Amino acid sequence: MYPENFKYTKEHEWILVEGDTGTIGITDHAQHELGDIVYVDLPKPGTAVEQGKTLGSVESVKAVSDIYSPVTGEVVESNTELTSAPERLNSDPHGTAWLVKIKLSDPSQLEGLLSAADYKAYLGE
Amino acid sequence: MHSAPALQTTSLNATHRAAGGKMIDFGGWDMPVQYTGIIDEHNTVRTAVGLFDVSHMGEIEVRGPQALDLVNWVSTNNAAKLQIGQAHYSGLLYEHGGFVDDILVHKVTGDHYFLCVNASNQDKDFAHIVEQNRFDCAVENAGPRLSQIAVQGPKALATLQKLTATELAPVKYYWFQDGEVAGTPARIARTGYTGEDGFEIYTANDEAPRIWKELMQAGEEFGVKPAGLGARNTLRLEAAMALYGHEIDATINPLEAGLSWIVKFEKDFLGKAKLEEAKAAGVKRKLAGFKMNGRGIGRDGYELHIDGAPAGWVTSGGPAPTLNLNIGLCYVPAAKAGAGQSIQVMVRNQPVDAEIIPTPFYKRAK
Repeated sequence: MYPENFKYTKEHEWILVEGDTGTIGITDHAQHELGDIVYVDLPKPGTAVEQGKTLGSVESVKAVSDIYSPVTGEVVESNTELTSAPERLNSDPHGTAWLVKIKLSDPSQLEGLLSAADYKAYLGE
Repeated sequence: MHSAPALQTTSLNATHRAAGGKMIDFGGWDMPVQYTGIIDEHNTVRTAVGLFDVSHMGEIEVRGPQALDLVNWVSTNNAAKLQIGQAHYSGLLYEHGGFVDDILVHKVTGDHYFLCVNASNQDKDFAHIVEQNRFDCAVENAGPRLSQIAVQGPKALATLQKLTATELAPVKYYWFQDGEVAGTPARIARTGYTGEDGFEIYTANDEAPRIWKELMQAGEEFGVKPAGLGARNTLRLEAAMALYGHEIDATINPLEAGLSWIVKFEKDFLGKAKLEEAKAAGVKRKLAGFKMNGRGIGRDGYELHIDGAPAGWVTSGGPAPTLNLNIGLCYVPAAKAGAGQSIQVMVRNQPVDAEIIPTPFYKRAK
């Protein structure tokens, strides 16, 4: 369920780093807790983001939920397809429904994130 | 997440858990917010039939030769107009004209009225009615002994009919019959909170889980699903029905809430004097419906601006699955409450364009 090559946060985001770029999304646990996702608000490319600060938000039928950036860096791409198909976050949160790609300014921040095993333990699974 | 031990449970709690209901703390009650998903459950009620456990709702029985006098004193609608077996929507008001609660009044007999009240208000309502009881009525807080199941949707009648000898088709909207469901005494009311046809069944706690199970079986051929409070809210919002704590509360009077149709000035009732004053002075703010035109969802409590200045607030807002729009209800100055009025909803401090539109947002085809 939780890919081994991702890192995770306790706020239920994931990041997959390739080179100096990290792809960020929300975890399956997060989408399940939120329920039907109907709206996504993402930063534009060029936006500077900071680890632990709000990156954007997702909204389910019932609630608004902030997304926190797992790392500091600059947004290089956001997944605009989610704007018209936010429900994809429910069906494919670890794949096509990634949220943003960020150019990392401090790769050492990754060491403080959770491994798949840590995250599963954190969820109590 | 862990449930606080103090949460109250309905007779159907184990049924929800066994069916995979996602339980939340709803005003102190451990209730299912969803089973399969809010949108799926919403659509099931619009197109087929859904079952809701609404046993957390309260019931108050008023009995006695002067039962009508007490009911009519504490509520705004005119219960003298009800026939036996008929129900209506009404308001319980404070003397200052704000809402204690919104309720359904059922006339069981000339000396017996049955009130259905909101879950989180039931103790307050009961105390309020007892306090106003100078008519020597027996007032009973019947909530703890009763369960309530709502069967809602175009296939509600066909589903429920399989379990009762009471002929349902002749029961008109906002009328009820006392009969049996699945062999158990039940009050069967053609009422609901979804904007669809349907019934609300009041029955004893110990029989409710079996009735629920039999309703699930009876509705299987129609695609029945259990539905949670999430869908209940999206359905009632599309139908523009008020929810206590959102559209109405102690600071709101019925004239502001667009509920003057449940206020009958031809009789006396608690709060009447203040409402007459408010009416004479002119209502300053009004409940209105809106749809989002810009990207964003107006949510409960969000501020509204008109022409760049604060002008009101969203009372309930969210996606409308049937309409494929983001909608909401809001309070705005009465002069700005007309359809077509441009408003801005402040979504995380950013104004997003929206527009006042007529309510109800959704009306089923008759």
